[in-house]
Amino acid sequence: MKHIFEIGRYWLFVKDLFTRPEKWPVFWQQVLVEMESMGFGSLVIVAINSIFMGAVITIQSAYNLVSPAVPLSAIGIVARDSIIIEFSPTIIMMVLAGKIGSSISGEIGTMRVTEQIDALEIMGINSASFLVFPKIFAAIFILPFVVILSMFMGVFGGWIAGDLTGVVPSADYLKGIQDSFLPFNVFFALVKTVTFAYIITSVSAYHGYFTDGGSLEVGKASTKAVVYSNILILLFDYILTMLFLA
Amino acid sequence: MIEVKNLIKSFEHKTVLQGVSCVFEKGKVNLIIGGSGSGKTVFQKCIVGLFKPDSGSVMYDGRDFIAMNKEEKKEVRQDIGMLFQGSALFDSLTVEQNVAFPLKMFTDMTAAQRLHRANECIKRVKLENANKLYPSEISGGMKKRVAIARAIANNPKYLFCDEPNSGLDPVTSIVIDKLIVEITQEYNMTTIINTHDMNSVIEMGERIVFLHKGKLQWQGTNTELLSVKDKTVIDFVFATQIMQALRNDSK
Repeated sequence: MKHIFEIGRYWLFVKDLFTRPEKWPVFWQQVLVEMESMGFGSLVIVAINSIFMGAVITIQSAYNLVSPAVPLSAIGIVARDSIIIEFSPTIIMMVLAGKIGSSISGEIGTMRVTEQIDALEIMGINSASFLVFPKIFAAIFILPFVVILSMFMGVFGGWIAGDLTGVVPSADYLKGIQDSFLPFNVFFALVKTVTFAYIITSVSAYHGYFTDGGSLEVGKASTKAVVYSNILILLFDYILTMLFLA
Repeated sequence: MIEVKNLIKSFEHKTVLQGVSCVFEKGKVNLIIGGSGSGKTVFQKCIVGLFKPDSGSVMYDGRDFIAMNKEEKKEVRQDIGMLFQGSALFDSLTVEQNVAFPLKMFTDMTAAQRLHRANECIKRVKLENANKLYPSEISGGMKKRVAIARAIANNPKYLFCDEPNSGLDPVTSIVIDKLIVEITQEYNMTTIINTHDMNSVIEMGERIVFLHKGKLQWQGTNTELLSVKDKTVIDFVFATQIMQALRNDSK
């Protein structure tokens, strides 16, 4: 019963937030601030995760593909496709659910318990739209670029690891990452990214917006935001994979 | 003027407001008082539209606020200023930006005009050299002043204050009370204050509404309060020795 209530309240919240902004210049200003925070603010964590995961994927692929029948360039193909299809759009977005999601939920939750949201409402401002719409818009626009960057970083990490450890010579790896490249995989990854960006921002904002109580509840809301975002990312990862690849 | 008629509000199975009716007059400081759990915060939140009452009406100068659609409510809300218990200043904005915020959202003023008006309001609440500070860098009393400055920035017709003296020392409380009275007269606003502070009640209660268990128990002026006969009101208002002495002196 509680879950039905939460789903119903989430959709009413979504209906409220997709309304015409009070003032477009203020909206665009907020979007830029959010893009800077979500995009540039996430670069370091995305770069570190991508390089190391790319390295691990390459070494593990090499470990599993030890057969004279399999050319070494296959390691590059496997690493590239794993990074593009799954690692960058899904795992990196789950990492960002922790970083961006908890930040959104904490920020909006604190605004709720300190009556800042009530202050907006009293002024006649649609608080859901004012606070959340710019975040969703910014995430949908900027996170695909972050994910594309992650793809390059991951492939680069694999190249460095393969070369340094000697499991894949540079020439084979570079040949592999160029072989049988399907642009559709990038399109599929970007569709997933946009879907996950919407999930992270809207679900986290929802949990923050309906925080009730004090600092303890703000913390709980942030935890819930990350947990539910991650579960929904995995669920939609499966649904989208079935739709596009099955 | 704000007129409340037969306001009823329940939460699940508990009825918090049981048909409250009263009038809050223009140009006066109207106080809502009552013990904890008497329903005064819910009452104020129903009047400003943060809670939707089960039944009853709230008339803002003859316009029924509850029956209005979203756009009409939005128009009325632009005439409302509110001072929250915790000030509710926006953490990410400086003092100046907080005060200019309603102007940025609802007027076509240029940035320079907004800044000029914000500085006027900041000076009016006697707060200087704090324009560029963030809410986390100023004291509780200063936050209340900034919140008052923000509330009056857009020349409101109605001012609501929720426990304006909570967490303040007695001297700062008096300063804030005086400021509210002066601003009410200056802007000819309908001011409604929710308070526990009996000093404020005696000092500025031009019209007092006493709630008890969700019902209107008594209403009158601060002078009438000193000679009240209602036992519930006496037990609450004159609970301290100082207040008892004041009542005895007035006799």
